[in-house]
Amino acid sequence: MLEVKNLKVHLDTASGIVKAVDGVSFHVKAGETVGIVGESGSGKSVLAHSLMQLNPVPPATYPQGEIIFENRNLLDLKEKELRKIRGNEIAMIFQDPMSSLNPVFKIGNQLMEAIRTHQSMSRQNAEEKALELLKDVGIPDPKSRLNDYPHQFSGGMRQRVLIAIALACQPKLLIADEPTTALDVTIQAQILELMKDIQKKYGTAIIIITHDLGVVAQLADRVLVMYSGRIVEEGITGDIFYHTSMPYTWSLLRSLPRLDSDIHQRLKSIQGQPPNLVDPPKGCNFSPRCPFVTEQCLEVDPSLVDRGNGHRAACILSESEYEERKHEIQDIEREGVEQ
Amino acid sequence: MFKNKRNLLAAGVLLLIIVATITASLWLKFPPTHIDPEARLLSPSGKNWFGTDHFGRDIFGLTIVAARVTLFVGVVVALLSTVLGTITGLIAGYYKKAEFIIMRIIDGMLAFPALLLALALVAALGGNVTNIIIALTFAFWPVMTRIVRSAVLQVNNIQYIEAAKTTGTGDLVILFRYILPNVLSPIIVQGTFIFAKAILAEAALSFLGVGIDPSTPTWGTMLQESQVYITIAPWFSIFPGVAIVITVLALNMLGDGLRDAFDPHKKNQKKSTKKLFRNRKQKYA
Repeated sequence: MLEVKNLKVHLDTASGIVKAVDGVSFHVKAGETVGIVGESGSGKSVLAHSLMQLNPVPPATYPQGEIIFENRNLLDLKEKELRKIRGNEIAMIFQDPMSSLNPVFKIGNQLMEAIRTHQSMSRQNAEEKALELLKDVGIPDPKSRLNDYPHQFSGGMRQRVLIAIALACQPKLLIADEPTTALDVTIQAQILELMKDIQKKYGTAIIIITHDLGVVAQLADRVLVMYSGRIVEEGITGDIFYHTSMPYTWSLLRSLPRLDSDIHQRLKSIQGQPPNLVDPPKGCNFSPRCPFVTEQCLEVDPSLVDRGNGHRAACILSESEYEERKHEIQDIEREGVEQ
Repeated sequence: MFKNKRNLLAAGVLLLIIVATITASLWLKFPPTHIDPEARLLSPSGKNWFGTDHFGRDIFGLTIVAARVTLFVGVVVALLSTVLGTITGLIAGYYKKAEFIIMRIIDGMLAFPALLLALALVAALGGNVTNIIIALTFAFWPVMTRIVRSAVLQVNNIQYIEAAKTTGTGDLVILFRYILPNVLSPIIVQGTFIFAKAILAEAALSFLGVGIDPSTPTWGTMLQESQVYITIAPWFSIFPGVAIVITVLALNMLGDGLRDAFDPHKKNQKKSTKKLFRNRKQKYA
């Protein structure tokens, strides 16, 4: 349904051209949930925004690549044609529900506006549809809530309203840009549960962008791991978590606190900073921070290599070399702890 | 907003002035243009509440009638500069390319002191009501453009604008339904201030003798005529002056009141608490 081919997004800033998205290819099938994870500044949000062409131009430019959605290249479409797709076929929900609703209009009006932007419908029908949507996203007493202003809703309820607005035209693809980051943990779980239910009911494909690996584990069928504007590992969720074959993903998973770990043990953070995207390092972008680094890594820029079962990883180490190196690192660490 | 006594007072005073000046011909004892050479420069008395001027005209009547032209100039200048300033400000704040051109022109206009600009324009165009309005609008709308633009820039960065774009909303709808309502309060406050400033500026221009023709009574022209007599007939200057002070003060107070009333966070708050309370009562009844 959605296929992104070798997409590049550059941001033209005062300090030079930032390669925010640097040759990304992936696909999303109808009804599938794809998670995109990565640390801050890895290009996840820019990628998500470029799917709907919402990056402000300038500074953003699209020097290369294609975004094929339902046999159309979105990069070729005019603003007017894009508007017909936005909200209608691709919808988006945002990180901060507190500021994503227009504070001067009632929730009902905003929902009805979203419906009536793309469908010719009488006010009355639109209101009924709005009611139904609010019911679907689990807002109690939807009838009286239609006449409330956004500031009368809590964060979790606003995120529900935003999901309702996103679903207004039954889009084929829903892009969720860190939808639970601004919510507390219990509400996070509710919203994730809601997104699952919604997907079952409406058959919407979801791209979920997050830096929270827990969210991805709960929701996604497939995961893309992004680092410095590139996809460094891709595969079905189980493979990414249990058969990691790329040092960055491995380090990322290791840096999570675990219920079964020793409480006196420090979290294993990834050393160093993400690379400067104006002037990326030679060879592999992760090499300056990589515990697996070899001399070759400083020279060769790895491309995504198929490891079978749709699992791809960008590392020059072969599977056996990778496993060997991993055990070596773990052994060294164990010795360090014992001493 | 009229629960606040200050707002009520301001609105009441303005309403009183407007009603008085519109209905003046129905209840004024003396037509304000009635000349009586016998009664020149009389001090305030039961017959002439505010005294009389150098032609023996009743100053009370003149002050009331003069409000017509003064308020008309104020209203029209405030409306014109608000509309022009809002449109240019919205465009400049929303479209990056237009911003540069519009804001450089506005900066150029702002480089002149407003009153001096108006003075030069009236001097060039000639002093009548239309020209005063044109000149004052020209002097005041750049300020409005700046204020609207900066408000738009702020609102434009809030996520609901981006959220609106993701639902396929067009630029015009975003400008007028998402941005405009959210920048309305500074516009309204500035609009009432421009109203007040326009009244002051009209008086100043008339006082300097480049404003409205002295035969048309406005508070400004009255002040100008009275300056010669200020030592022997101070009431001639005081009453139009007080009228200006009261009107301008009331307008400024009203501007503040409107700002509070248009704040969406304050609106509906009381109503919702009431509703909540009612629901609770029903629940436990």
